[in-house]
Amino acid sequence: MNEPLHRALGLTDDEAVNIDEILDRPANPLELAMYSVMWSEHCSYKSSRIHLKRLPTEAPWVLVGPGENAGVVDVGDGIAAAIRIESHNHPSAIEPYQGAATGAGGILRDIFTMGARPIALMDPLRFGPLDDPRSRWIAEGVVAGISGYGNAVGVPTVGGETVFDATYKGNPLVNVLCLGLLPTDRLVLGQASGVGNLAVLLGNATGRDGIGGVSVLASAGFSEEDDGDKRPSVQVGDPYEEKRLIEACLALLDEKLVVGIQDLGGAGLACATSETASRGGVGMDVDVTAIPRREPGMEPHEVMTSESQERMLAIVEPEVLARVLEICARWEVQATVIGRVTDGGALRILEGFEGPVLADIPASSLHDLAPLYERPLKAPEEPLGPSADQLAAPVDPGAELMDLLQDLSWVYSQYDHQLFLNTVVGPGDDATVLRLKHPTTGEDTGRGLALTTDGNHRWCAVDPRAGTALVVAESVLNLACVGGRPLAVVNCLNFGNPEHPEVMWQLSEAIDGMSEACLAFDVPVVGGNVSLYNESAGNDIAPTPVIGLLGLVDELSHRPPGAVLKEGHRLVLLGPEAEGLGGSLWGATHDAPGGDLPALDYEMHRRVAALVRQLVADQMLGGVHDLSSGGLGVALAEMAARSGVGVSLARTPDHRALFNEGPSRVVLVVDPERLTEVLAACDEAEVPTARIGLATGQRFVVKDLLDLSLEELTAAFKSPLPEALGAGTTNR
Amino acid sequence: MKFSALVDVRLRGGISDPAGATIERALPALGYQGVEGVTVGKTIRFTLEAETLTEAQTMAEELCESFLTNPVIEDAEVTVEEAS
Amino acid sequence: MTVTVGVVVFPGTNCEADALEAVTSLGAQGRLLWHGESDLGDVDAVIVPGGFAHGDYLRPGAIARFSPVMEGVAKFAAKGGPVVGICNGFQVLTEAGLLPGALQKNKGLKFLCQPSVLRVESANSVLTSQAKVGDELSIPINHFEGNYTCSEETLKQLQDEDRIVLTYVDNPNGSLGNIAGVCNETRNVVGLMPHPERACHELLGSMDGAVLLRSLLAS
Repeated sequence: MNEPLHRALGLTDDEAVNIDEILDRPANPLELAMYSVMWSEHCSYKSSRIHLKRLPTEAPWVLVGPGENAGVVDVGDGIAAAIRIESHNHPSAIEPYQGAATGAGGILRDIFTMGARPIALMDPLRFGPLDDPRSRWIAEGVVAGISGYGNAVGVPTVGGETVFDATYKGNPLVNVLCLGLLPTDRLVLGQASGVGNLAVLLGNATGRDGIGGVSVLASAGFSEEDDGDKRPSVQVGDPYEEKRLIEACLALLDEKLVVGIQDLGGAGLACATSETASRGGVGMDVDVTAIPRREPGMEPHEVMTSESQERMLAIVEPEVLARVLEICARWEVQATVIGRVTDGGALRILEGFEGPVLADIPASSLHDLAPLYERPLKAPEEPLGPSADQLAAPVDPGAELMDLLQDLSWVYSQYDHQLFLNTVVGPGDDATVLRLKHPTTGEDTGRGLALTTDGNHRWCAVDPRAGTALVVAESVLNLACVGGRPLAVVNCLNFGNPEHPEVMWQLSEAIDGMSEACLAFDVPVVGGNVSLYNESAGNDIAPTPVIGLLGLVDELSHRPPGAVLKEGHRLVLLGPEAEGLGGSLWGATHDAPGGDLPALDYEMHRRVAALVRQLVADQMLGGVHDLSSGGLGVALAEMAARSGVGVSLARTPDHRALFNEGPSRVVLVVDPERLTEVLAACDEAEVPTARIGLATGQRFVVKDLLDLSLEELTAAFKSPLPEALGAGTTNR
Repeated sequence: MKFSALVDVRLRGGISDPAGATIERALPALGYQGVEGVTVGKTIRFTLEAETLTEAQTMAEELCESFLTNPVIEDAEVTVEEAS
Repeated sequence: MTVTVGVVVFPGTNCEADALEAVTSLGAQGRLLWHGESDLGDVDAVIVPGGFAHGDYLRPGAIARFSPVMEGVAKFAAKGGPVVGICNGFQVLTEAGLLPGALQKNKGLKFLCQPSVLRVESANSVLTSQAKVGDELSIPINHFEGNYTCSEETLKQLQDEDRIVLTYVDNPNGSLGNIAGVCNETRNVVGLMPHPERACHELLGSMDGAVLLRSLLAS
């Protein structure tokens, strides 16, 4: 094999020339390895950065916007919230348990890196269909991994989504969001400063984890025992190590012992050392021999690029080193001085602080000079498929409605979602509500945080721009249903292969749709993650931007009503009329995924959200649920199955009224004695209403369309996941 | 014929083993010095019906590869013998 | 006089702050007891809270029971001091031999975080003295290894001596005899898998845990 080394490392010829120009000499193999991991798509966002700039990122309450380890917003009472979302899609496809576990571990570190105590995780998950054994194997393993790691590390998993669809067969989406709280005055940034300060590596020893990309550099000697290609690219998470690391790091921050702190994630030490140095405008000398190793015989390029889990890099002044080591010892966290802050901006890798220089590169060049691609875009020429509007009415609408139901409690009952005594509304509802307590004093503010994640690949496949805007709108309405007003968005952009112009077009359109909606709702984007190359067997996944929306409940004096029915209550549908079936869940199950998406009227949407928020705050409702996937039919069926109360709906024109997914619509469950008052409030807010029926009895009836027993409806809701996921799985 | 199989599953070389490491770290405090190389795995035992020992071995290994382990992180040693 | 509750912290414990918040909301004051110290100081009651002490590696509680703090807890219990182990704390107390039996993996082989309804079987323990036999309490569970098991003789002894203090109305995890909580012979050490501290606030949906923790504070 005469392939040049840079290509084997995944660098293009142009990128290699660029590196030599930066260094003004040919790069050595260690340097090339470091550039290759730092300039990878995963670390540099080289395909997406140019588009991400178009997102609105500013608001008076934003303390830290995109580009740091997490976004931070001021939530009042001297408290700031740090939030971030990430993907761990590819690792989860080959080792679901550990892929998902280490995904949770990684994002927790991003949050406590900012000085925040992580208080909640959310997991938006997307898997292949339930009738595919490997997809079931992945789903079971991912859920077990989140449960195994999240529960043990002691951070509750308070919500998320779980979607099964053929587009994710072979390429699941495992996204994870983390929320943390910090006293506003403790905000720390991942930067080094102060020449002579020390870089201390905390946590796990470094092994040959996740160095697949640079394993071509392995010396022949290693191959005698083990083939290079079999070297572990999958990492095993250790929640116990992470728990101690969290406590140790927060203790260091409480005592103000660190100048800066940075987690080790993708690209390991190469990234953490260069990032802290370049953010602080300084350089760093790293003694590669000082780094504790898990295995003998590791080479410098392996040590510098290893993605071993549960490690942090703290920058500390020499005078406080002894105290730092003492705190780490108390928490049984290994702490080792591995580097020194220098002036001049060079990142030097040395064999012993006074020993030979193995690499010498401008620290900032690994980040600031990373390539930026404006890849070609092209709208697809072929339409997505027929529109469900052209389909005949179903023969048995009741059966079809039941086919769309899926209770996700099989998933979230495996997650500790109550730790810290904050969870007022947990997983399974429109949005999560957490009590807002001060992170260090524990004082209850009497207010709440509301949190939701949303995505809809069917809408985004039809029209990535309008579809993404609809997803943001849905998030806003989800928060309103629990009484929350939106504060900040984070996004996880899951797309296919960026070398396909159609995929780049989808990405660009989705970003424009998100910008438009965020501006319309006055919510800044404070962070995000881009996951590209989501494809299997040459097929790109449907575009799947996932939104995490954080909001505030200004007065949390009672539990929101939730998506439930109450016997004898009236059902009122809020919002504009809608009837098209383009991009709907019902259409997708009939091989008719195309058509036109329903139009979104921002002005109307804002009015509906404000009205619902007020009604919830005023305790006017017996129940509330926004309409999304599956439309009115699925929303009411979920409410009925959860509460054991039936529904009697007035006549609707046809199945389209049941299954269309028009935006800005919410079902209100209203005590008859309050009905006049509620309707008056709706009129005043200039929001259209329709009195559609009654919550009552043990049947689910839509006049002249369907009539189901509550028992069969509930079974249809509750059984799909336990039945499919108890049915045996295989990794083939 | 009936065969009995014993599958000894352990993490592949180089994969981190937090359970093993934690147990090893706890031992000195309990007064056990010099215990090293603790690893945690699992064993799975079953019997199976096959014509020959080779067939039984193949079947057990296949089961092991596709279901009992994830070869990405785990190695397994499969021992099959005639059931007594 | 304000009651002081000591809450044990092993590395990997995660419910210590919740236990403190709950007992504080009931008028007591709380203090954390670090696992490395065998002297408990001046405490009136001890909670061994939930979590994953030492990562639950090997077996839940297997490593934690050797911590110096457990010597202190054993001495405190031997003198009649009230001790409650919640969830992982229950597992630690069984491993340490302060309570009989063991906790196996749930019969469904899945972690379970969900509501549960408990029946008070005995009001004669430090955790149930203010409840009435037959009371039904809504208190959540949150565990993977909560399936209580013991020998037939032990079960008979527990029954004969009225030492099964709480049972599940709808057994979620396969526990022998639907057992959710047991006490020792002298009734001052109680272990239970459900989390009473998670049911002490109106906003969290249940206040039923308060009767149990109040019993502890009163004993």
